[in-house]
Amino acid sequence: MKKVVSFVVSALLLATVFALPAQAAITPDDPSYNWERFKGQDVTLNVYNWGLYISDGSDGGMDINKEFEDLTGIKVNYTTYDTNESLYAKLKSGGANYDVIVPSDYMIGKMSKEGMLAKLNFDNIPNFAMIGEQYKGLDYDPNAEYSVPYTWGVVGIVYNKTMVKGTIDSWNALWDEQYKGNVLMFNNSRDAFAIAFKKLGMSLNPSSADEIQKAAQELKKQKGVVQAYVMDEIFDKMEGGEAALAPYYAGDAITMIGENPDLAFAIPKEGTNYFVDAMCVPATSTQKEAAEMYINFMCETQVALANCEFIGYSTPQVNAEELLPDELKNSPIMYPPKEVLANTETFNVLPDELNQAMDEAWSDVKSYDEKGNDLLIPGVLAIAVVGIAVVFWRKSVKKKRNDY
Amino acid sequence: MKKMGAFSKLYLVLIFSFMYLPIAVMAVFSFNQSKSRTLFTGFTLGWYQSLFHNDMILSALGLSLVIALVSSVIATVLGTMASIGIYSMRRTVRGVIMNVSYMPVINPEIITGVSMMLLFVVVKNSIHLQIFGIPTLLVAHITFNLPYVIFNVSPKLRQMDIRMWEAALDLGCTPIQAFFKVVLPELMPAILSSFLICLTYSIDDFIISYFTSGTMQTLPIAIYSMTRKKVSPEINALSTILFVVIFTIILLINAKDSRNEKKNAVRI
Repeated sequence: MKKVVSFVVSALLLATVFALPAQAAITPDDPSYNWERFKGQDVTLNVYNWGLYISDGSDGGMDINKEFEDLTGIKVNYTTYDTNESLYAKLKSGGANYDVIVPSDYMIGKMSKEGMLAKLNFDNIPNFAMIGEQYKGLDYDPNAEYSVPYTWGVVGIVYNKTMVKGTIDSWNALWDEQYKGNVLMFNNSRDAFAIAFKKLGMSLNPSSADEIQKAAQELKKQKGVVQAYVMDEIFDKMEGGEAALAPYYAGDAITMIGENPDLAFAIPKEGTNYFVDAMCVPATSTQKEAAEMYINFMCETQVALANCEFIGYSTPQVNAEELLPDELKNSPIMYPPKEVLANTETFNVLPDELNQAMDEAWSDVKSYDEKGNDLLIPGVLAIAVVGIAVVFWRKSVKKKRNDY
Repeated sequence: MKKMGAFSKLYLVLIFSFMYLPIAVMAVFSFNQSKSRTLFTGFTLGWYQSLFHNDMILSALGLSLVIALVSSVIATVLGTMASIGIYSMRRTVRGVIMNVSYMPVINPEIITGVSMMLLFVVVKNSIHLQIFGIPTLLVAHITFNLPYVIFNVSPKLRQMDIRMWEAALDLGCTPIQAFFKVVLPELMPAILSSFLICLTYSIDDFIISYFTSGTMQTLPIAIYSMTRKKVSPEINALSTILFVVIFTIILLINAKDSRNEKKNAVRI
């Protein structure tokens, strides 16, 4: 009996620890939109988004997918990916049918060119009107047919004010010898090359292999001052004060500054990359109308606001932007002034040969070593050969001994 | 017991710290108030709480567990039957079959994953059915689990005295009775251990699942996709829970074993 009582008590305790915080259902912006037309039809939407790229209720915010399911009766099968390239590979392989995806700008351009995206029916997405005009019809989707912007931001330099002298306003800081061993750098070719291009005053969409070679030379020069090529480790290293400077995305910079107030963010004067992640429907989708309903839901003011607060990236939904707390709305990191934005560029689709040239140049940069370890591979081989010879020699000695 | 030298002690401490320090760090940071993985800012159970409300992580965990359990059970049954079949083959054929079964083990996982995906795409296009998801994941996991069962059960089968089986038949068992009453109990330890190995490999698997999961996602895939932003501390909480559960199971099994040993010792 005692056991039963203690079990019940502990179960009750657990239940209180894990009890759900009460949540109010959302009220849609436009009451005339028919959210319930798929109710009872047992529709499942396959949504493929970046990891940790939607408000899931974990910070006490809105659990957006659950709200959508409650409102529409459509079931959401929500899964996640880590790079544009793995999203592309998954779709291209034919191994999965998705209904909503959220690629970045240049990937949208590539996919629409290859006929992988469906043209959206904007009658089903009236909330598209609340997306700021400056985010529509950008280079990757010039007629605004395929995509609805989800988040956007710029790339800049996150730096530790206590470890850096003077103000940081140029990409040159990432090449500065005095910060040797304290600089972090992107570990993906497109972002890393973009910085080198901008430092050289060129466009981040190269038009020839020569330009790529020039940028690769810059990156090789930089290698001496770089502590490590990293992606999400930047959070830990910058928050923990292990490095002085690192290029990263603006929204994440705000997160880092929240953890460590010594950090600051600068958008270099040479210009930078402006990125947009936007929602699209793949051409293979079997639930296009429901998918458009999902996209429309993501453009609801309350939903966009919850997303913006959870992800930390800027929202293109103008009403949600208005509702943001003042320190975010007026933040030069999240919403940089017009003249800064004028000096930015989005990634475009590169022709295949330039993509390949960039990949090759990047692996060249990564394997390049100023001190020259040309002897490393022959050395390892020689050791292996000697090792094998020794093993055989000992075997034959043993055999001879046994023969006697 | 002989006293350990200073060097041996140091070595032991080093080995155990390499094995358990990372897990300890992970567990400590699952109680961290902020999302930081370097600064401990305060104690909280918040990540455990939000973990139990995170549908995406929970459904990924659920899928991982279901796939692991079902595929391990099927693989263990199939593998045991296969080992018995292989055992009663002629010597040359047996050698060939054993070597062929080795292939998936030494084959890099990425090749298994990609080739499975290609096969499934062909099948999908020829029967016009959406098979990607649980069916493909199950087939893939059973496939890479099978060889481990065969290589665990076969040696045990060879150790077994064939005369026990013959004696059972002589004493009036039907072949089926003899199998269930004599052979199976003899193989049980090997079958159980291969079941556990399958379970571990299956929960652990990333590469093959990645290519065959379709629109589903297992726990390793969910964790991997978080690396663009930052792996959520909820994952620390989940991993800590998994570790504690497995640790408790091992402790319980060991306690039971040692109690049995004591009982047997007394009887002798």
